[in-house]
Amino acid sequence: MQGINMPMLMLRQAGSSLGKALLGSCRDLAPIVIVIAAFQVMILRQPFPEFFSIATGLVLVVLGLTLFVVGLDMGLFPLGEALAEEFARKGSLLWLLVFSFLLGSGTTVAEPALIAITREGARAVSEAGLIPDTHESIKAYALGVRLTVAVSVGVAIVIGVLRILRGWPLPYFILSGYGLVMLMTLFAPKEIVGLAYDLGGVTTSTVTVPLVTALGVGLARTIRGRDPLMDGFGLIALASLTPMIFVMIFGLVVH
Amino acid sequence: MEILFNPVKLLLATAKDVVPVLALLVFFQMVVLRQPLPRPGRIVFGFFLVLVGMACFLGGLDLALFPVGQSMAAMLTENVAGGSAASWTAYGWVYLFAFMVGFSTTIAEPSLIAVANKAQEASKRTVSAMGLRVAVALGVAVGISLGTFRIVTGTPLYIYILVGYAMVAMQTVLAPKFIVPLAYDSGGVTTSTVTVPLVTALGLGIASSVPGRSPVLDGFGLIAFASLFPIISVLGYAQIAQLVARRKGRMQ
Repeated sequence: MQGINMPMLMLRQAGSSLGKALLGSCRDLAPIVIVIAAFQVMILRQPFPEFFSIATGLVLVVLGLTLFVVGLDMGLFPLGEALAEEFARKGSLLWLLVFSFLLGSGTTVAEPALIAITREGARAVSEAGLIPDTHESIKAYALGVRLTVAVSVGVAIVIGVLRILRGWPLPYFILSGYGLVMLMTLFAPKEIVGLAYDLGGVTTSTVTVPLVTALGVGLARTIRGRDPLMDGFGLIALASLTPMIFVMIFGLVVH
Repeated sequence: MEILFNPVKLLLATAKDVVPVLALLVFFQMVVLRQPLPRPGRIVFGFFLVLVGMACFLGGLDLALFPVGQSMAAMLTENVAGGSAASWTAYGWVYLFAFMVGFSTTIAEPSLIAVANKAQEASKRTVSAMGLRVAVALGVAVGISLGTFRIVTGTPLYIYILVGYAMVAMQTVLAPKFIVPLAYDSGGVTTSTVTVPLVTALGLGIASSVPGRSPVLDGFGLIAFASLFPIISVLGYAQIAQLVARRKGRMQ
């Protein structure tokens, strides 16, 4: 009897936690569905185009979000935190910094949103006449911006990890960083300023953010004298800041 | 995002995003630290779920939300621009729509959900995950509607950013210290999968239809607003919570 009851129990447990997760996703996605539906029907008074594909899409979105959150909890977070704790325990600063840089830049370079936006940005810049309007030149420019952003995120994570280890207060970095951004805004070509500002927000992707946060909180938790809440966060903020600076420098150098 | 609804292509694109991360982590765990993976079966399954989940999520967004959201942005601004002279008050519906889009996309944002849960755990429940998410969502909503106002009126971006960061600096001095790094992170976290494409489409759409605005110069920048104002709202939320707690303590 034991052999049969155990799997049933596990299945039931898995079922109920999956059900809970699905309900959570429905609740999270409801606002945006309601907003778009309400505006479509009440304000614009247009019928929904292609109801079937929208319904399928919604089901996929709810399912996808659920699986994503569950998967993060099962796989990404535990691994990230385990790594952070082991780095802290083993005490090898160099490897930790190398890891941080690779994590930041490696995950950023492959990010679809970044690829899409740098392509749009390069196209817009060529239309504004700052670079020649050829396919190669646009591609090269987009790649250049992408690499710049990837390097800047890597640097940000390195600085952020050092900050956690040394306990330097975050506001100094952020506020002086934004001071630098203001300064660069004055000098950089104005066509690249808007793009640079937006890139700061775009780079922190759905996969990197939880992982980087887990790394930061895990490090802060393991190191004595660091509080997870106060010191563990802040990496994302830095990773949103450095791309702006580096991209504007890129704009200055290239133009 | 140009991901067509082709499941295989979508899975491959998502894999390109997720697999490097997994490879990096595994490499460091096994080669550099020379430790076995803790519960490897569970971890691989978790990554698989993340992969499939993200693919479904993005495919669903592409199928359902983005086309509708983009055409709505276009239709809304057409409605207004077609009519009266471009006084900024006429764009009321656009600001309202921007506010609601900002709020609802942020509530749906997966990375924010993940970070808020982590914050609740790390703070031993001092910070409530839902409270944080609502505070951030309100910040993004205000930020984006202010941003669309900026596009319509054509005032330069850096003035708003400057004033915004002055506010953040002031609040940083006054707010309870424990919330500061989390608040700063909130800005970067929110601008992610759901928010960025919809908001960018909104910005470019408005900049194209409002007379006198150029998409290149004015269409970008909404994301910057969406990253800045959550910091203000989360710091504000902590300040208000502190005031309430202090007043309760005084009355007792």
